[in-house]
Amino acid sequence: MARITAGVTTSHVPAIGVALDNGKSTDDYWRPVFAGYEFSKEWIRSEKPDVIILVYNDHASAFSLDFIPTFAIGVGESYEPADEGWGRRPVPTVQGHPELAWHITQSVIQSDFDLTMVNRMDVDHGLTVPLSLMFGQPAAWPCKVIPFAVNVVQYPPPSGRRCYELGKALRQAVESFDQDLNVQIWGTGGMSHQLQGPRAGLINAEFDNRFLDRLIDDADALSRVPHIDYVREAGSEGIELVMWLIMRGALDDKVNCRHRFYHVPASNTAVGHLVLENTSNRR
Amino acid sequence: MALEKPYTDVPGTTIFDADMSRKGYHLNQFCMSLMTAENRAKFKENERAYIDQWPMTEEQKQGVLTRDYNRMIAAGGNIYFLAKIFSTDGISFQDAASTMTGMSVDEYKLMMLNGGRSIEGNRYKENNNG
Repeated sequence: MARITAGVTTSHVPAIGVALDNGKSTDDYWRPVFAGYEFSKEWIRSEKPDVIILVYNDHASAFSLDFIPTFAIGVGESYEPADEGWGRRPVPTVQGHPELAWHITQSVIQSDFDLTMVNRMDVDHGLTVPLSLMFGQPAAWPCKVIPFAVNVVQYPPPSGRRCYELGKALRQAVESFDQDLNVQIWGTGGMSHQLQGPRAGLINAEFDNRFLDRLIDDADALSRVPHIDYVREAGSEGIELVMWLIMRGALDDKVNCRHRFYHVPASNTAVGHLVLENTSNRR
Repeated sequence: MALEKPYTDVPGTTIFDADMSRKGYHLNQFCMSLMTAENRAKFKENERAYIDQWPMTEEQKQGVLTRDYNRMIAAGGNIYFLAKIFSTDGISFQDAASTMTGMSVDEYKLMMLNGGRSIEGNRYKENNNG
């Protein structure tokens, strides 16, 4: 049986990818950011996940205004890094896991979450920067990845509650897959940031740290925080944090927090990162 | 019944909602075209001729030509779409964001190094006259 053993959350700031791709990760500005992932890189080397369900948002790369899926799952064989306006990131092609992805799709839709199925799409910094932070610069990514895209660009995004409950459905789906797979789920984006208008540059460290506390120990209540609170308190792009609730919903009520990191700034953004292990499902 | 907009009292912030999306459709779709090197080269060669291929308003086109991101956002642009323009210009997200705040690039960078823009006084329009 496949099992979800752990969850990871991390911001996915594009400038982090640019810094790594251009050999700047040891600069004074970037060193503290990458240092926050040293534990996690060691940890994941020993965890050796087979598959990562990577929850992220597309930033007008695969999805223009032609069509905007609220929840989209990648069921394809592989995905290329997107050209977001400055060329494709020099990172490996992302290998999917179509068999598990289709299994999840059927299970989740039959649990009343109507996913959009995507065979072909490019994946942008929202997906590739977390992989870079956790795995560095390998010639090939060491595991399969199922991209799971959430709309947080076009209002209205899904509610935190809906995301949290979707996480629970994802867990059920994984656990009904009959191959023995070590599956992780990652929630990415955030933390507080605003990229537009006169309020750009907004950071709310108090909100962010409270969010981290509650994501670990009080996630059910946290999932009821409405959209307006994210926008007002964490900036217009802070709403990305609802994606962390999908990850959290897929884990046990009680989790073991192995690592916690918070840093300001990375470009316009507060970087937050957690490594959470399930208390069950581990061997 | 009109769509509910509980976010209009947040200062200095435009939520990319249904109305903005309708307004900005062609502007944002033009931005998507800049995701190939070939189109970026064509755009740089003759910006006006390039953008004239999209049925944008003159206000949207002037926003693009003057790289006035607040003006583009007011005309329905979404920042993740508009990012294709400043990426084409080789400008970082941080430098582009600073242009929307009335601060210089260096002032903005320093503000971020010092922990970013404070939430205090920035929750409601009535607090900051924004």
